[in-house]
Amino acid sequence: MLDLTWLLIAVPLASSLVLLLAGTRANPWGHWLGVIASGSTFVVGLGAFIQMLGLDAEERSHAVHLFSWIPGGELNLDAGLLVDPLSLTFVLLVSFVGTLIHVYSVAYMEHDPNRRIFFAYLNLFVAAMLLLVLADSFLLLFVGWEGVGLASYLLIGFWNQKPEYATAAKKAFVVNRVGDIGLIIAMGLMFASFGAVDFATVFAAAPEASTATLTATGLMLLLAATGKSAQFPLQSWLGDAMAGPTPVSALIHAATMVTAGVYLIVRSAPIFEGAPAAQTVVAAVGAFTLILGALIGLAKDDIKKALAASTMSQIGYMMLAAGLGPVGYAFAIFHLVTHGFFKAGMFLGAGSVMHGMQDQVDMRRFGALRTAMVTTWITFGLGWLAILGVPPFSGFWSKDKIIEAAFVGEGAQPWILGGAALIGAGLTAFYMSRLFFMTFHGKARWTDDQHPHESPALMTVPMIILAVGSAFLGLFLALGDRFSHWLEPVTGHVEHHEPVLPIPVIMTATLLLVALGVWGAWRKYGAADVPTTAPTASLATVAARNDMFQDSVNRGVFERPGTHLTRTLVYADAAVVDGAVDKQAEAWSRTGEVVRRAQNGQVRSYALTMLVGLVIVIFVVVQGVSKPCSRS
Amino acid sequence: MVNPVLFWIIAAITVIPSLALLFARKTVYIAMSIVLVMVGLAAAYVTLGAPFLGVVQIVVYTGAVMMLFVFVLMLVGVDQREDLRETIRNQRWIGLVTALGLGAFLVSIVTRVSIPVAEEGVSGEPDVIAFMLFERYVLVMEVLGFLLITAAVGALVLTHVPRLKPRRTQLEVQRDRVRVGADPVNKPMPGVYARHNALDVPALDPEGKPIEASISRVLEMRDQTQEGESFRATLDDPTRPDSSYRDSTSKEDGR
Amino acid sequence: MDPINFVILAAILFAIGAAAVLLRRNAIVAFMGVELMLNASNLALVAFSRIHGEIDGQVMAFFVMVVAAAEVVVGLAIIIAVFRARQTISLDEPAELKG
Repeated sequence: MLDLTWLLIAVPLASSLVLLLAGTRANPWGHWLGVIASGSTFVVGLGAFIQMLGLDAEERSHAVHLFSWIPGGELNLDAGLLVDPLSLTFVLLVSFVGTLIHVYSVAYMEHDPNRRIFFAYLNLFVAAMLLLVLADSFLLLFVGWEGVGLASYLLIGFWNQKPEYATAAKKAFVVNRVGDIGLIIAMGLMFASFGAVDFATVFAAAPEASTATLTATGLMLLLAATGKSAQFPLQSWLGDAMAGPTPVSALIHAATMVTAGVYLIVRSAPIFEGAPAAQTVVAAVGAFTLILGALIGLAKDDIKKALAASTMSQIGYMMLAAGLGPVGYAFAIFHLVTHGFFKAGMFLGAGSVMHGMQDQVDMRRFGALRTAMVTTWITFGLGWLAILGVPPFSGFWSKDKIIEAAFVGEGAQPWILGGAALIGAGLTAFYMSRLFFMTFHGKARWTDDQHPHESPALMTVPMIILAVGSAFLGLFLALGDRFSHWLEPVTGHVEHHEPVLPIPVIMTATLLLVALGVWGAWRKYGAADVPTTAPTASLATVAARNDMFQDSVNRGVFERPGTHLTRTLVYADAAVVDGAVDKQAEAWSRTGEVVRRAQNGQVRSYALTMLVGLVIVIFVVVQGVSKPCSRS
Repeated sequence: MVNPVLFWIIAAITVIPSLALLFARKTVYIAMSIVLVMVGLAAAYVTLGAPFLGVVQIVVYTGAVMMLFVFVLMLVGVDQREDLRETIRNQRWIGLVTALGLGAFLVSIVTRVSIPVAEEGVSGEPDVIAFMLFERYVLVMEVLGFLLITAAVGALVLTHVPRLKPRRTQLEVQRDRVRVGADPVNKPMPGVYARHNALDVPALDPEGKPIEASISRVLEMRDQTQEGESFRATLDDPTRPDSSYRDSTSKEDGR
Repeated sequence: MDPINFVILAAILFAIGAAAVLLRRNAIVAFMGVELMLNASNLALVAFSRIHGEIDGQVMAFFVMVVAAAEVVVGLAIIIAVFRARQTISLDEPAELKG
């Protein structure tokens, strides 16, 4: 089964091609083909997982050679897959959550005329994402990286008949390109210093490389990760990306693609090992983004954008953990998996709400939906408890570990990072509870033509499965540190570090802050009336509602100067470079006008010229030989 | 060493006919003169100890190349007259001076050098050449093979005329003929009386008038026809008892 | 008699061929001039082969013949193609090369 992992990429890719090429005749069955293709990847992944469980820990890394990709001189690169616990974790997450969301989409997109194309794009995404996590070299990873970027772009702009949706897709694409430059530069640095871009060679050579090289490579990898994972400073696209259909938001912009950055950091661990400075930057970016995302989440009234802000914040947690080094890698991935479940579940719940409320996304128009949508309420509630970190739900097991790990270290760093993580937990509790109470509790603030109803079984069943995962997966994986042991071949053995504060103190403080957040949210949004229009508020709230003015900052700092620079360059190009070339061409043209007269078109005249030249050449040669040539 | 008499003979049959290139008017004469030059050169090769090359020279040049020239001459028409007046200014005298100068220059250089002649000339027998060709120069042979194939294909491509329209059938030819109002059927045959072979006698229509279209235009242009009336008159002449006797003189009579 | 005389003969024939190319306007005649020049060089090769007592000159002459044969084939085909297109084989007629 391990050698069959190429099927993981080939099957959804083939299905995607079939769906795209078959045309409208595939409309009646196309979506089921998509579901089957996605489901088959889960079956293969599960088979590989079971087979790997049977191996010893040391043997849990399997290389699948596909073909010789770039056999060129100094760069000799084969396309191959690397199946180890880390990639297999992702395979299972992507294929399982992906399949559930495929099933959900069958019902959610039922009335869309382009449902077949939607499934083609979803399959393309699954193929690219699996290629990303299974690749055994940075270059092949980059192919998958671009593939998911493309699928994300296509799906955000799926309803591109609305100009603002198309713009959102373009924005996501462009911001992601900025991150991609980082990955390309990182690959260039690797090739320059190690002469290779495959994981095995690079990681084997990394410990001997200079700190400067590793720091530069690490920072460039971080830039790539911030682009893909919507971390500061490249976070601006994620909110707008909610323009895509809700299943897309659940699969790509919550559970899988946006976590690719975390995967990249964890996968490149050997590089970051040698670059403590880069590691600190990763942690700092993570901590900053988790607070930033939480603050934005506090103010958003659009349910999907609030969830997107929460995603940003949660990935901040993962980045923070990944930046802590070996202590945090396993927790980062652990949180990534649990987050994949509960956040996807909540997005599907939001989709279900929108489905019942005629695509309304303003939370101020919800309220009291718990009676109308019981299943959605319960499943969403389980996700809510999970993200809050209430024991014994999933989030508790993963997030609490990250907060504890953040407190490990010396000097001021643990206090800053740990404090940020702690405050973030409180903020998370507040804004997620706000979202939950505004949607499902309080008084009904529906518009007149809305008649909320529960969604069909095709949508609720995936939600229920994800809710079960949100509730119990964390406990299941955390018991006896199962998950950490599973990842040990990749992340290395973690010796226990004592945090600067005792663990019970941290845990108590976290739970207290969470309880405080929930209580505050209940007082303001559960028990009290919520106005249907956003009240005028302080400058801080306005800033948060506007995504902390990140678009304005981008425009002022990058776009305007960039435009001016480009204009100047264009002018300089036209005046100086083009001018020089044009004048030179003109001069030659004039010369040609003069010389042209020698061309009278008479063949015999040309022959005469040749002969005269020949005579001259012979004459010169003979004169050049001082003595008449003779062989003695 | 070479027999001087033989050399002068060879020189004569190469240089003199080759001057035809400059002075002869008819292209066929020039081609034939060049054939003679080629034969002379073949003799020179044999004299210089290259019998194989001599034979090849005869076969290739006189047998193939020059015949090809004559074929092409036939295709483009032997009467392609050439105007010997020079059209390019100064071309004639500059060309002549340059060509003569080149010749004189080369001759002067060759006469100034002295190269000791090998005592024993090499044997240019076919087997010796063959060993050279297929041992030391085998790669060149292969390349020349490519060249010949390419040249053959190139000639085919250059001279190929694609059929632009489908071949016209007899039916179509006939329809077109009717459409333009030409004779729908064959023209009448000459010589209705069949008294002699009668190609020069026009047919007569039912009214007794001669049909001009029934005799060949060529005969008309050569004035070799006979008027129908006069012939009939002679036939009807009762004073001529034996008409067949007059056939040989009928032409003069018809005038 | 010294075989070097054949080289002189070759030089004369070469000059005559060159003059034919320069002066005659009929393409076929000019082409025959080219052939004569090739043959003159062949004669020189064979004469030098005799002078030096080495056979390579003859082999080279043989190669020249092969190349000349190929050249004749293509050249005459071009002449025929040109004749078909413009009903003349005068060298002065096609003046498309005029700059």
